[in-house]
Amino acid sequence: MARDSTGYTIGFAVVVCVVCGIGVAGAAVALSERQAENKVLDQQKQVLYVAGLLQPGQASKPEEVTALFEKNIRREVIDLKTGKPAQGVDMATFDQRRAQKDPATSTAAPDNAAKVFRLPNNALVYHVLKDGKTDMLILPIQGYGLWSVLYGYLALASDGNTVKGITFYQHAETPGLGGEVDNPKWKALWPGRKIYNDNGQPALAVIKGQAGPPESDPYRIDGLSGATITSNGVTNTIKFWFSKDGFGPYLDQFRKSQGRS
Amino acid sequence: MDKQVKGVLFDPLFNNNPIALQVLGICSALAVTTKMETALVMSIALTVVTAFSSLTISLIRNYIPNSIRIIVQLTVIASLVIVTDQILKAFVYDISKSLSVCIGLIITNCIVMGRAEAYAMANKPGMSFLDGIGNGLGYSLILLGVGFFRELFGSGKLFGIELLKTTTDGGWYYTNGLMVMAPSAFFLIGIMIWILRTVKPEQMEKE
Repeated sequence: MARDSTGYTIGFAVVVCVVCGIGVAGAAVALSERQAENKVLDQQKQVLYVAGLLQPGQASKPEEVTALFEKNIRREVIDLKTGKPAQGVDMATFDQRRAQKDPATSTAAPDNAAKVFRLPNNALVYHVLKDGKTDMLILPIQGYGLWSVLYGYLALASDGNTVKGITFYQHAETPGLGGEVDNPKWKALWPGRKIYNDNGQPALAVIKGQAGPPESDPYRIDGLSGATITSNGVTNTIKFWFSKDGFGPYLDQFRKSQGRS
Repeated sequence: MDKQVKGVLFDPLFNNNPIALQVLGICSALAVTTKMETALVMSIALTVVTAFSSLTISLIRNYIPNSIRIIVQLTVIASLVIVTDQILKAFVYDISKSLSVCIGLIITNCIVMGRAEAYAMANKPGMSFLDGIGNGLGYSLILLGVGFFRELFGSGKLFGIELLKTTTDGGWYYTNGLMVMAPSAFFLIGIMIWILRTVKPEQMEKE
């Protein structure tokens, strides 16, 4: 058959597609387990970073990270609306980011400045344990900055109000400006600040300019210079996730349970 | 090394650089050069993809029907890129996270298809493979050069190691904000082309 005949062309296209398809599918299947492991490991590392149990850049073997995580951290899936433990959710496979996208497991979020459009019905929170009791709570947060959604974790002390740490593990803000949310010096300003004011409203905000030390100025954090919009995004993120639409109900429940014990 | 091999491998570095002379693959040169590390991984990924796509295309060049040759080239390139992306995700997860969509965008990098169409369709597999490597190296040279200046002056670091202590960390170096933005890559590439064409006037375009 001639090389430019219709039959040959179609046949050739089919063969190329099949061969390439097998190659791509083969690679995806063969490597998927390793990729999934990496993803889990990455999440565990981020949680350990914000809990202060692991330092970023510290070389650690995957087994060590997992062991550290298993030893100190307890996962809990909660019902975001009621703040109670979620019913009928398999914790081992629960993926909050996926749940948030799926209309069956999420609802439209009320209008908010953090530009969170959908709220998952359930959320995955982490308890950092000390002598079997919750010493720290780690909550997933997300909100829109200048260019991108910032995904991160915020660690709270067992009073459900004092910040212990913050980290953003995924964002695409301008390096050097908004990207300074990754700067350890800036993140070090967070511990000791308070989320809620005396009226129980989320009050913590990133301001323009400099804030005082946590003891005298607990509701304000230094702004990132040259990154007003990212700074505001972080403020909006905190305001939203610690309001009654976010983790408010859960933290109420949590504080009650802490009071009892 | 015989002369032809040498020419194919090293000509794209200075004499026929894919970015500086052929002006291909500029987009990714803007996107991934804020840091040396990402620039390096991108360079390696692109070199590997170009080499293997040229090899594959060259192997089947006598069987490809002329009417669908571009789409066949793209299919081969796209498959190789996806496999590369999967491998990066499996073995260097952190870096693959920071490159995010850029690896996938190698598919649209004109260098890969340019070499497949211009060289691999008319040359033997071995030489096509070397041509891919050579052009990948030419691309890498520019990318790493741009990355060097952008990371050093934009964030005072090289490969993440602090060389100039920045004011945000309590040092003396006030970072150059322009360097972390994409336009600086345009200026840097422009300057590189200028220097290259001053040294090698034969690369200047005729009026």
